Amino acid sequence: MAILSDPFDALIQLQQALDTYRTSSWLGSGLSSGGAYPPLNVFRKGDDIVVIIEVPGVRKADLQIQVKGNTIRIAGAKSVQYGDNAALHRREREAGSFDRAITVPVEIDVDQVTAESHDGMLTLFLPRAERDKPKLITVG
Amino acid sequence: MARSQALEVQEKKELVSKEEKTVPARYYVPTTDIYETEDALTLVMEIPGVDKQAVDVNIENDVLRVEARVNFSKYEGLEPLYTEYNIGYFARSFTLSNKIDQQQIKAQLDDGVLTLSLKKAKEALLRRIAIN
Repeated sequence: MAILSDPFDALIQLQQALDTYRTSSWLGSGLSSGGAYPPLNVFRKGDDIVVIIEVPGVRKADLQIQVKGNTIRIAGAKSVQYGDNAALHRREREAGSFDRAITVPVEIDVDQVTAESHDGMLTLFLPRAERDKPKLITVG
Repeated sequence: MARSQALEVQEKKELVSKEEKTVPARYYVPTTDIYETEDALTLVMEIPGVDKQAVDVNIENDVLRVEARVNFSKYEGLEPLYTEYNIGYFARSFTLSNKIDQQQIKAQLDDGVLTLSLKKAKEALLRRIAIN
C-alpha cells in the first residue's frame, strides 16, 4: 500500500483508461452519420452497456432519445442566450441542434432502457437482452 | 422555419497554467461566454459532470478563479469500450478590468452550466451627468 493514498490516483487511472479506448473499434460501423455531437463514451457494466454523453446546457425537455433494436438515436437542441443590452466580451459556447445515432454490437432489452440527465451529463443504461447473454458451458 | 445550425464537437482544451499543479491529473479549460451589462459582468461556463458543492469561485487581486471538480465516482465499475472524450477537473481564471462588489457575486448551476453574475462596485458604475 502506498504511504500516501492519493485521491487523484483513481482520476488519473480513469483518464488513462479513457485515452486508451479513444476511437476503439468496438462500435465499428455502428457509428452512423448525423454528426459527432454530442460526444459519447461507451462502457460495459457487467453484462450491460452504459453510454455517458456530455450535453452541458441542453435542457432535459430538449433531449430526445429513441431506441429501436440495438440502435439508439440522440437528438435535441441547445440554445445560448444573453440578456438584453449585453455587450459580448467572449463567445465560446455554441448553440444549435444535433441528431446522431449509434448501433451497439450487442442485443439490448429495449423495454428496460433508461436515461437520466444530471449536471449536463446524459447517461443511458442499455441492459443486454437475456437471450444475448453468454451461457456458461460446463466441461463434462 | 429556418433550420438551426448543426452542433459540432468542441474538443476539450487542456489547461496550460502559469502556476503549476502539484497533482498530475489533467485539467480542462471550460468553454466560457462573458458579457457585460450596465451593472454586472456575467460569466457562463460549461462544466459538465460537476456537482454544485464541487465548484470554487474566488477573487483575489482582481483575478477571478474558478475551479470545478468533476464527480468521477460514478465511473466505478464501468469498463470503457469506446470513448470520444476525456474527463477531468476544470479550472480557469480571468483578470477583471472592472471593480467588482465581492459581496454580491451570484452563482448558479443548471444542466452543467455555471453562471456567475458579478455586480459592479458602485464607483465603477457609469454616472450620467445632466447638462444644465
